[in-house]
Order: sequence, then C-alpha cells, then structure tokens
Amino acid sequence: MNYQYIVQRLLSALVVVLGVTVVVFMIVQIVPGDPARVVLGPYANDEAVQGLRDRLGLNRPVIEQYLSWLGALAQGDFGQSLLNGQAVAPQLWGRIGPSFELALVSLLVGLAIAFPVGIISALKPGSGIDIAATIFSQIGVSIPSFWMGIMLVIIFSLNLKLLPPSGYTPITEDPGDWLAHIMLPAFTAGFVSASIMTRFIRSAMLDVLSANYVQTARAKGLGERAVVLRHALRNAMINIVTIIGLQINALFSGVVIVEVVFSWPGLGRLALNAVLERDYPLLQGTVLIVAVMFTMVNLLVDLLYFVLDPRIEYA
Amino acid sequence: MNKALAGSELGASNTLWRDAGRRLLRNRLAMFGICVLTIVCVMGLFGPAITPYDPNGMDFANRFASPSLLHWMGTDDFGRDTFSRIILGARVSLQVGLVAVSVATILGTGLGLLAGYGRRVTDEVIMRGMDVLYSIPSLLLAIAIVAALGKGINNAMIAIGLVYIPIFARIARAAVLGIRNEEFIIAARALGAGDLRILLWHVLPNVLSPIIVEITLSLAFAILAEAALSFFGLGTQPPDPSWGRMLAEGRDFFRQSGWMGFFPGLAILFTVMGFNFLGDGLRDALDPKLRR
Repeated sequence: MNYQYIVQRLLSALVVVLGVTVVVFMIVQIVPGDPARVVLGPYANDEAVQGLRDRLGLNRPVIEQYLSWLGALAQGDFGQSLLNGQAVAPQLWGRIGPSFELALVSLLVGLAIAFPVGIISALKPGSGIDIAATIFSQIGVSIPSFWMGIMLVIIFSLNLKLLPPSGYTPITEDPGDWLAHIMLPAFTAGFVSASIMTRFIRSAMLDVLSANYVQTARAKGLGERAVVLRHALRNAMINIVTIIGLQINALFSGVVIVEVVFSWPGLGRLALNAVLERDYPLLQGTVLIVAVMFTMVNLLVDLLYFVLDPRIEYA
Repeated sequence: MNKALAGSELGASNTLWRDAGRRLLRNRLAMFGICVLTIVCVMGLFGPAITPYDPNGMDFANRFASPSLLHWMGTDDFGRDTFSRIILGARVSLQVGLVAVSVATILGTGLGLLAGYGRRVTDEVIMRGMDVLYSIPSLLLAIAIVAALGKGINNAMIAIGLVYIPIFARIARAAVLGIRNEEFIIAARALGAGDLRILLWHVLPNVLSPIIVEITLSLAFAILAEAALSFFGLGTQPPDPSWGRMLAEGRDFFRQSGWMGFFPGLAILFTVMGFNFLGDGLRDALDPKLRR
C-alpha cells in the first residue's frame, strides 16, 4: 500500500477544509451593507446595531476576524446563535446523527435499486427492461425531489395511511418507528441517486462485459452468474465507486430538500431555518459541518480504491 | 496556401457539426426534448400575451376551482388561474436557467482554460479553489449565498451560477489538457501566436463540444435549483409566479386542491427532462464514440 499517497490525500483534504472555512467565513462578509443592520432590521436603533457588531466582531480587521473565528472553531466553539443566544455547537451535534442516518439509508436505497437495474439493463441492452430503466433514470434525474416527496406523502400517508407523513424517532428509542419515519424521505432522496447511478453502472458494466477476460470466462464454461458477479462486476467496481463518490454531492443536496419536506431534524433543515431567521453563526456552522462530512466521505471513497484494486500505485 | 488550409479546416469543421446535427435529428429522445423545450420557450417568450387569464388577477368567487374547461389546471387560493401562472412561470425558469448557466459557463470555462493552459501554480491555485467550492453540496452553497446576498430572483441566479462554476472549470481544464500538446497548438505557438490568441482561437473551439453538452445539462439542474430555492421562499418573491413557489403555495392546500402543486411539479419535470434528453442527445451526436 502506498502510504505516501494516503498522507498526500489527507493533506489535500485538510487544505480543502481550510478553504471551506474561508468560504463559510465569507458568507457574513458578502452581506450587502452592514450585516448587523441586516440581522436586526431597518427599525433597530444604532446602539443595538453597534452592540451586535461588537458581538460578531465586525469592527475588527477582516483577517483578524477570520483568524479569531478559526481559532475558536479549532476549539469546537462555533459561536452563539443570534436567535436564541445559545451556543451553536451543541445544536449542530444533535443534528448530525439524523442527517447522517438519512444520507446513509438514502444511499443504500439508491444502491439497492441501481445495482440490479443497471446490471440487468447492461446484460440485455436494447431490451424492454433496458428501455424501462433508461426512462426511469431520466425521470429520476429530472423530478424535483420536493414534489416527489409531497406526492409520496399524499399517496402513502394521506390516502393509504401506511407511513407517517413527517417527523423523526431516534433509532435507539424505537427502531420500528424510526424505520417507518425514514422510509419515505430515504426513498425520495435515494430515488434520485439511484437514477444517476443506474446509468453509470450500466455503462461501466457494458464496458467490461465486452472485455476479453469476460469472454474467456464464458468460453471456459463458467456460469453466467459467476461471469457477471466475479469477473465483470468486480472489474467495473472501480468506475462505479468513482461515480458513487461523485454523486454524493447530489445526494447531500437532495437530503437538504428532503429534510425540509419531511420535517426531518437534520442539518439541512437547520440551515434553512438559519437562513430564514438570518442567523449567520448557525448557518456558518451548519454549512461547515456538512462540507467537512462531505469531504470525509470523498476521502473515504478515494481510499476505498486501494481495497478494490490492489494494483493501484499512486505516484 | 494559408487560405486554402483555412478553407479546408473550415469545411471539415462544418461537416463535423452537420454530421452531429444529423445524428441529433435521428435521436428520438432528443427530438422529444426539443419539442418540449420549444413549447416552454414559446411560453417564456410570449408569456403575458398568450395566457388565458391575468396570472396575478385574483378572483375570490373562484377560489380552489378544480380543473375544468374554463380553468384547465384549476385555480389557487386567491382564485388565480394555475395554467396562466404556469405559462408565466416558464419565463422565470428560463431566465434563471440562462443567466445562471451563462455566469457558470463564462467564469468556469475561463478558469478551466487558464488552469489547463497556464503554469502549474496557476493550475493548482484555481483547481484547489474549485475543489473547495465543490466540497460544499451545491444546493446548500446556493442557499448560503442567497442568505448572504438577500432573497430574490436576481440573487438566486447569481448563487446558482456560482455553484456550477467548478463543473465547467473541470470540464474545460480536462479538455485543454487533452489537446495542449497537439501539433496544431505547437504550430500556432511557433508561428508567434500569443497565449490569449491560442486560447481563444485554437483551444476554445476544440473544447466546445463537452461544454455545449454541459450547458444543456446544467440548464436542467439550474431550473431544478431555482425551483428548490423558490420552494424554500428564497427565490422568486410573491406575487410573481415561479413553478417552485407555486408548488410551495400548493403544499398547504394539498388535501383540498392537489392540482395547485401537481401541475407546477409536472411543468418542472417535463422542462428538466427536455434539457436532459437534449443534453444526452447532444453528447451522443458530438461524440459518437460515447454512444451506448
């Protein structure tokens, strides 16, 4: 294993996270006019505005503001919410779990749909199932997930009364209820992921299915199952993992929307509430945490290459 | 001699585009996409002139009217005609899509060309910057930018445009890296052409096809993103109709009048699908090797 590459990759992830802190810090800096005035509204008196400027540290030079903000972040201090005066950090920690659960289950739902559909349509290109899969994936990438979520609520919650329309139960409290609550949101976010991944799994499988080693495997009399699973899929995995990594951005964006539609107490909903209330420290904290989670997942995907393909040696 | 060369090059390039056009016309899904988009463009261009009712005109006697011959898609909680509002909403969607994608294309392609063609330091600085932007989920970044700049359609356009810059930068850079050591670039340099001239006259035309494909696909994403921002109340502001806003407004009345949200959702789905079909068709037409 090339440890030098791992160290290099870790360092570059660190640089990206540092860059993200600059972008997140800039959210307040690009507010047109005085951010304190924007937060408090046009009728606030000058003393209140000045007080908030002091509290946010806006009177100091920008570099100094950034460094002291970064220093506090390093100690786990994300500042105070402007709305309720409480520390931002504990509010964030409470939201990571639900968001992570939703993202993970959505990804699993996506994979559970995309793998069989992608593989079968690659095995029978041009067939009815292939055309159906193409239409499915086109609808999936085009459908507004908030609309799909609402439609699912109408069908499964309001009409069939099978699943709860919104809300969340911690898995530690009642796993059955947790599952009932996560099904609709996870399916909504997972469906979009599935449609993106289906196309790439199909394409990656088509590439390897015509390769010589697959034909050799068939020629030596191996069963179709062994050819597809042991020879073709295993070699297609490296491309498939790349695509799964790339579409995690879309998955995270989808999760933000789905959290709002299903009142899921995650980071996406927190971010939107922060925006609507102009609670900048809370918004900054949320965006930063999501970006760090996203960077870590990408890092894991990159490192997964080693496991999948031991031949890979990075210069 | 030079003129003859230029002429034959031009001829070859014309044939290339003509062939691509022919392939596109044979692609049924792409043609379906073009038909849908033509309808949406007509709605967008002639919006106020072709709506059966005033899109913002309230009619309290007709609140929540279900779809009928008078109101094809029913009316909303203010008695406004949903069909008329959908027609006018097309203009908002197209406008946001075009402006946002133009911002992303110009800035992203420019940065990508610079990164791919420039020195290693330039490349590193630009692409690490792009990595940073790309490491924040696009919708969350757009929400954060709108939060900073303020709600409204103009800021939504800027936000969506900024979010897609890294995608164009990556595509343009990859395309430049593929051709930067080709003979025609070396020849142009040997003839004394400056960097800017080489970039604009020799590199850019050769990286156009992946960028055209990405523009079409990004239009689809931009329309979805605008709908999402407006759904959250951050994009188009009342009383102007936008498909995302109409969906959000319809959400409160889904039990009694499902059409208020159903039809705007359908409009978004078909328009985005139209751009996706066209984008995929263009990709197949411009690069037949990729055909599946």
